Amino acid sequence: MAATVSLRLERPASGASAHATSEPAVVRWILIAVAVSFLGIFLFFPLAVVFITAFQKGVFFYLQAFQDPDTLSAVRLTPAIAVPLNLVFGVAAAWVIGKFDFVGKSLLITLIDLPFSVSPVVAGLVFVLLFGLQGLAGPWLIAHDIRIIFAVPGIVLATIFVTFPFVARELLPLIQAQGNEEEEAALTLGASGWQTFFRVTLPNVKWALICGVILCNARAMGEFGAVSVVSGDIRGLTNTMPLHIEILYNDYQFVAAFAVASLLALLALMTLLVKSVIEWKTGQHLATQATDDKALSQ
Amino acid sequence: MSISVRDITKDFGHFKALKSVDLEIPDGQLVALLGPSGSGKTTLLRIIAGLEFADSGTVEFNGSDITDKTTRERHVGFVFQHYALFRHMTVFENIAFGLRVRPRRLRPSNDEIKKKVNELLGLIQLRNQAGRYPSQLSGGQRQRVALARALAVEPSVLLLDEPFGALDAKVRQELRRWLRQLHDEVHITSVFVTHDQEEALELADIVAVMNEGRIEQVGSPDEVYNHPATSFVYNFLGNVNLFHGRVDDGKPLIGDSPSGHLLFVRPHLLEIARQPNGATHFRATTKHINVAGPLVKVEAITEWGAPIHVEMSQERFQDLKLLKGETVFIIPKDIAVFKQNGAA
Repeated sequence: MAATVSLRLERPASGASAHATSEPAVVRWILIAVAVSFLGIFLFFPLAVVFITAFQKGVFFYLQAFQDPDTLSAVRLTPAIAVPLNLVFGVAAAWVIGKFDFVGKSLLITLIDLPFSVSPVVAGLVFVLLFGLQGLAGPWLIAHDIRIIFAVPGIVLATIFVTFPFVARELLPLIQAQGNEEEEAALTLGASGWQTFFRVTLPNVKWALICGVILCNARAMGEFGAVSVVSGDIRGLTNTMPLHIEILYNDYQFVAAFAVASLLALLALMTLLVKSVIEWKTGQHLATQATDDKALSQ
Repeated sequence: MSISVRDITKDFGHFKALKSVDLEIPDGQLVALLGPSGSGKTTLLRIIAGLEFADSGTVEFNGSDITDKTTRERHVGFVFQHYALFRHMTVFENIAFGLRVRPRRLRPSNDEIKKKVNELLGLIQLRNQAGRYPSQLSGGQRQRVALARALAVEPSVLLLDEPFGALDAKVRQELRRWLRQLHDEVHITSVFVTHDQEEALELADIVAVMNEGRIEQVGSPDEVYNHPATSFVYNFLGNVNLFHGRVDDGKPLIGDSPSGHLLFVRPHLLEIARQPNGATHFRATTKHINVAGPLVKVEAITEWGAPIHVEMSQERFQDLKLLKGETVFIIPKDIAVFKQNGAA
């Protein structure tokens, strides 16, 4: 009996100050209130507005927005080329930086981060200056009847530029942390360079790679600035979803605009959901390993 | 397969990892590369494996020059200090890896691979763990899997980089005996790197003692321990007491008179007595006595103020009834003499 009593005394009933690092109740409530209202104002409220406005005139009007051929082509133009290209580039860059030492390595890392720091509009303008009518390669391109600016290739180029850090950035810390030993082991066991890459390097970064691709895809779908500069907003031809939303909004077609916006938001939410599931699964995998380790050491 | 290392030099920037190293390893021997960290022993092992390339010099396997051959072409088994198991593969797949990546015409059938892996799993006593992942194994189990994985491809030589370095003392002892046993059964030429002199002396047929990018001495454990060629080897293999002194008529004399000679005496070769008995001796005052363990360890201060360590058996200690703070006579039974620059 005595033992139970003393145990209860050691643990306060509320569990309020169970840890040395916990704060007084007032501070905790203020911090929680700040965080919740911040999330509410900047995340939940806008998201709610998008869906409410989209369904303002009923489901019929909502669905009608997607009957428009311009909308359909805009949905389809979501850059499916940019993501695979960045996947290859990201893996190659992360592999080179993570596994080897060479002159100019830190410069390469800085360059990979460049699209994060440069305004997307500037990125778009760069391509206009390069491939546009008055651009460096402009006359040559016209002479050979190749259209890049105000055409799909320009959109793809701009999207690639804006999204290329995602895969590399996601992979790099992991590849650096894992080091070279497993690859060296594979080589001593007689594996070729390709076998080592596909059987050892790639499987080890599988989940980080999927995360990177998902983020890259989300950005590629949603990119506005750079694409807006190079696309020329030709309906049914060079309109991406974000651009189409702007056009609809400027035409006072609020329901249609918000309907497409809700689709884009939905895609973004699904992307995040998939990412969370993957992270949760890898976390769970690690957790089971940890408990197994514990069980073994006991 | 015999290994010959000839005149190997390797720099990492300004750091000279290996300075013109020569080493002959006869077929079927178990060789230890022993040295402190930074002595170049791991670099030498990696150069033999082809994971690192020498700036100059040659490596030969069975008399044929393989200096420019890649790791893949050398058919070595390499065991890493931190195991380097493939973390996304089961124990079974880890061991099977070397067989699965063979070119199609050399690759054994699935059944043959299964048979071979099961054989190795039996050898490392991990039959029940075949489906587990490396992270679910203990350190000792991981190291055994790493060894089985290296042996699966039937390498011509087995190279082990600090194979027991990351394990606790008890597991290390077990694995050490197990490796010795394995080597006696398989007879594959093996080289392992270690900084633990006890491990090298207990396990190896031949010990190569390395220091600052050079090999100081190569010999059997008995040779390097009982007949060290340099002061470094004497110092590195076991505890020593260092004295300055001189040599008169071929007789070493200990004393605080630096004249170009270093005198070494191992702690168990110093005898403590209450009477000088006419032999070479000096006086010392006991400072600390540790009776825990098979030997009694005594710390004392010599008459010229230097600390010395003496070891004696429990029986001798009982006979002496030695007390702390007592002044006694110290009689060196065997003194090793080296010139100040290190040579014998």
